[in-house]
Amino acid sequence: MKKEMIASKVRGIPPSGIRKFFDIASQMNDVISLGVGEPDFDTPWHIREEGIYTLEKGKTVYTSNSGLLELRQEISTYLSRRFDISYNPQDQILVTVGGSEAIDLALRAVLNPGDEVLIPEPCFVSYKPCTILAGGAPVTITTKAENDFRLTPEELERAITDKTKVLILPYPNNPTGGIMEKEDLEKIADVIRGKDILVLSDEIYAELTYGRNHISIASLPGMYDTTVVINGFSKAYSMTGWRMGYAAGPKELIAAMTKIHQYAIMCAPTTSQYAGIEALKNGDDAVAEMREAFDSRRKFIVNGFRNIGMDCFEPLGAFYVFPSIKKSGLTSEEFCSKLLYEEKVAVVPGTAFGDCGEGFIRCSYAYSIDNIKEALKRIGKFMEQFQ
Amino acid sequence: MRRKILELLEKNSRLATKDIAIMLDMSKEEVEKEIEQMEKEQVICGYNTLINWEKTDKDLVTALIEVKVTPQRGEGFDKIAERIYRFNEVKAVYLMSGGFDLTVIIEGKTMKEVALFVAQKLSTLESVLSTSTHFVLKKYKDHGIPFEEFKKDERMVVSP
Repeated sequence: MKKEMIASKVRGIPPSGIRKFFDIASQMNDVISLGVGEPDFDTPWHIREEGIYTLEKGKTVYTSNSGLLELRQEISTYLSRRFDISYNPQDQILVTVGGSEAIDLALRAVLNPGDEVLIPEPCFVSYKPCTILAGGAPVTITTKAENDFRLTPEELERAITDKTKVLILPYPNNPTGGIMEKEDLEKIADVIRGKDILVLSDEIYAELTYGRNHISIASLPGMYDTTVVINGFSKAYSMTGWRMGYAAGPKELIAAMTKIHQYAIMCAPTTSQYAGIEALKNGDDAVAEMREAFDSRRKFIVNGFRNIGMDCFEPLGAFYVFPSIKKSGLTSEEFCSKLLYEEKVAVVPGTAFGDCGEGFIRCSYAYSIDNIKEALKRIGKFMEQFQ
Repeated sequence: MRRKILELLEKNSRLATKDIAIMLDMSKEEVEKEIEQMEKEQVICGYNTLINWEKTDKDLVTALIEVKVTPQRGEGFDKIAERIYRFNEVKAVYLMSGGFDLTVIIEGKTMKEVALFVAQKLSTLESVLSTSTHFVLKKYKDHGIPFEEFKKDERMVVSP
């Protein structure tokens, strides 16, 4: 087929920076990876068992477009109990195929050609392409290591124009592990309040914060009506493969998103939806246990990088560290290739998450301590050449 | 902190104290002191290795024996339990609620050896009223760990 057949908008989107490393790393043997963006735990058995049970019962038909009402009720209860935000299960919650679909829907539902979307970087890979595909114009904001990768009100203010339609708030953050605490969010809210800007708050890592609870910007005064909260089951319940996420927000927006969803997707996978009900009802202990395990590994890996002599900001959320590689004098891509070929350790270049990720690598600690230990040993050996 | 140290050690007793220290934000010395103290207090009673003997050439038979006994005046079941657990063949003794009194887990080289132990040593104890022996045919899971499952990381090497 001629490549002109592919829409120019799609051709214009560069391939994911992660893809390249995946291709090389998956060809090699004995690779120790710190490269994944998903938990290493199996989905807790009681959740899997519920999925199996509903399959046996023959619950294999479509659900309503918005998702099973019982699931939306459980989501509503969960959001109110954990983050003090209340949504009507009838018309303010939409169950989606992963958090990713919810991001895509929200952007498509609000963007007119040329509308600007503010994207704090480094960040998850999909905001920019989804913005472009929805006809919007991505405007990136560089967050800085010295600010713990938090978005500051000054940075935000500078980026706002009369075309700004959406602010993406990706915290707890992939790839940096940065979080926004209440006072940080209040400052952001002060800038946003009264403006017609939708906050797309991607809270997929909300259950994974350490030593403090996650705060949703939707719970701050005056923010509820202009915020869409995106969350899901992947990270909290280790359910990545089930593809289950959701959006909660103002009913006008949820109605618009549902409209796209009903034509493009129909509904989220039915088995996964039933499993999701079980997760929300009885999954708290498992979440706490996994969070504790992540926290131990987090301390372990941060300590490891610092011992190697690499600057490493202390992440307070998600399951990533974002150490600086400036000492090596290499670019992120060079560093990652060299590390992969010389020591067979796969990590992701910071640049995969935005240009400002240059000088950093993303290392996931969703691995056993033994795996992390071995990787750190190899990285330590690798770094010796730069002393 | 004790609880956290114990939870880590319960899963992996070979975890180095310096690693535990990092994971729990403690100094190595504090962890060592705490563990030593717990050993003294017999909160930590030992460190075993979980072995699937079926994969070795060692012959081993495990039996679970339900024992009914007459409790002794003033000592309840403790004295008779001790008489039983003193035998080297006995790996575990639990006091039970329900239809019998003690669960006794015995290991021997052969079924015959186990049967002889029950007949000659266990049943002949004065307070033992009756025994019922069940041989273990296969261990699927022990101490929280499935024996046959080989856990491979199915995740893609790199993902966003």
